[in-house]
Amino acid sequence: MKRSMYGRYGGQFVPEVLMPALAELEEAYDRYREDPRFLEELAYYMKDFAGRETPLYFARNLSEKYGIRIYLKREDLVHGGAHKLNNTIGQALLAKYMGKKRLIAETGAGQHGTATAMVGATMGFETEVYMGAKDVQRQHMNVYRMQLMGTTVHPVESGSKTLKDAINEALRDWVTNVENTHYLIGSVVGPHPYPMIVRDFQSVIGNEVKRQIMEKEGRYPDSIVACAGGGSNAMGIFHPFIEEKEVRLFPVEAGGCGLKSTAKEALHSASLCVGEDGILQGAHTRVLQDRYGQILESSSVSAGLDYSGVGPELAYLADTGRIRPCNVNDEEALEAFYELSRTEGIIPALESSHALAYVMKMAQSGELGELVVISLSGRGDKDLETVFGLKEMENREVCL
Amino acid sequence: MRIREKFAQLEEKKEKALIAYVCAGDPTAEATKDIVSALVRGGADIVELGLPFSDPVADGPTIQAASQRALDAGMNPDRYFELIASIKAGVPLVCMTYYNLIYKRGLERFASDCALSGISGIIVPDLPAEESDDLQTACRKHGIDLIFLVTPVTNEARMEKILGKTSGFVYIVSRLGVTGARADVARSTTEILSRVHTDVPKAVGFGISDREQAREVIAAGADAVIVGSAFVNIIASGEDVNARVETLARELKSACREGRN
Repeated sequence: MKRSMYGRYGGQFVPEVLMPALAELEEAYDRYREDPRFLEELAYYMKDFAGRETPLYFARNLSEKYGIRIYLKREDLVHGGAHKLNNTIGQALLAKYMGKKRLIAETGAGQHGTATAMVGATMGFETEVYMGAKDVQRQHMNVYRMQLMGTTVHPVESGSKTLKDAINEALRDWVTNVENTHYLIGSVVGPHPYPMIVRDFQSVIGNEVKRQIMEKEGRYPDSIVACAGGGSNAMGIFHPFIEEKEVRLFPVEAGGCGLKSTAKEALHSASLCVGEDGILQGAHTRVLQDRYGQILESSSVSAGLDYSGVGPELAYLADTGRIRPCNVNDEEALEAFYELSRTEGIIPALESSHALAYVMKMAQSGELGELVVISLSGRGDKDLETVFGLKEMENREVCL
Repeated sequence: MRIREKFAQLEEKKEKALIAYVCAGDPTAEATKDIVSALVRGGADIVELGLPFSDPVADGPTIQAASQRALDAGMNPDRYFELIASIKAGVPLVCMTYYNLIYKRGLERFASDCALSGISGIIVPDLPAEESDDLQTACRKHGIDLIFLVTPVTNEARMEKILGKTSGFVYIVSRLGVTGARADVARSTTEILSRVHTDVPKAVGFGISDREQAREVIAAGADAVIVGSAFVNIIASGEDVNARVETLARELKSACREGRN
């Protein structure tokens, strides 16, 4: 298997003008991933800037209610409020070592954009973020946060005005400014080497869980549950456990308003569950598309999961049966959002609420076993407006 | 007509080629037929017909908007091949599209549909040489040219690999960025042409919109100029489209006759 491939997935389906930049990035990554000075600096930022390691928290009340032992990996406590900073620190350092002066990024919920703005400010990059106009609307606190840290935010008006379109626009910027710019992709998507690099930087999550759960329980969990849009927190927590075959791995996709599609739009974002083979934004993966291969707009109450594709390695792991894709709908995710807030005093991101909802739904089924780790990938402060906006609408019927 | 026959004809006449791009189905399939006729009357030697994709990452705002208009008007691969089959242009037609549409239809079927409908070559801006073996096999089988792009940042090793693969012509991207009309093309064109050593015709595109630019590109040593956004802008205006498209093609073609060094 070529290094750029995960089974038949992955690859580098990008304009020729980007191929040298991808090669340069891969070379730099190979050089610095074991460079002591780079690793020391990475460890410094991870600890003193990001606040790692994050706790593995035993959710006593939730466990009692559902009758299984539930741990939360508290990525919501990472600086900025989500796991996204793990990756932006790593990539920004790489960009610095490569001599790049400018960072660009796409963002959906605004978490990755914010995490990019943070490293851009602290490491001294000129930083610009592309964000779908629809996401700018529903996540405007994150827009203010980015702007406060000196980042220019470009609302993207094309297509569905969400994450997919923001990536298109970031790619267009990159083909224009490739010589001085690093494109800091926020998930395990896009052309090789991005899915590998982002996975590796996010694997800090799973590596910590391995150590922490051994300390607390003396064994690995029966299952690990993580939400998956592009899939970076899922790959980050799953990857160190791939070889631990007895640990069941569940990526939970956004079921939106049900697994149905209209001519131009999917009512969900469940590309692992019901997507088909295709090429999107640099990678062969599973994609929501029509019968001609036109990409369908995706949909979810959670901006961070609202994406028509998914990381190619997740597609591969799903095909081999190593991970078990599943989904919950908007309503279930919202219920979980409220429930964790009330029972544990932790307000989860709507993205992470999908993972929580799946556990709440399946706890009694036996499918998850007795000991479960949930990736609590982000905190929900950014979602308050969305949630209360829905509450004001009658009966919170999101799928009208 | 095969692309190489067209270049051979032009060689005899001591002319350079004008390659015109428009998006098929923008604003309607019927309109595209008339526009292609106007382009050919004006002197276009090869016509690229874009098969619109929902996520055209290599295209700037002009062609993105054209793709959207065509998709909104119902263009899809089935209708595209019907349209191509109905065009009797007398010049080679080239399909420009993104890889997912080809992959989804099946590489073999796509290449076969091209051959049957009258497409002579395919350009896929998001398919680099490394990922192209399967499509190349299908294209060879059906006698379709697979045309590759080189750019100012393509290094020597890649240049050699790509020039070894491209057939019909090599598409030289004269500057970094997406498609779209730009003011300065001459300098970067001269620079990159000095690095492209091949017997395959050298076609320069991205940013060329008027006769003077076309003349400069030909003077710099190109065998063809590719003009897209300038035509698409006329189509987008909706005003007197066929006549203006023909006039622009005629002006650009005149530069291809006289600009020879």
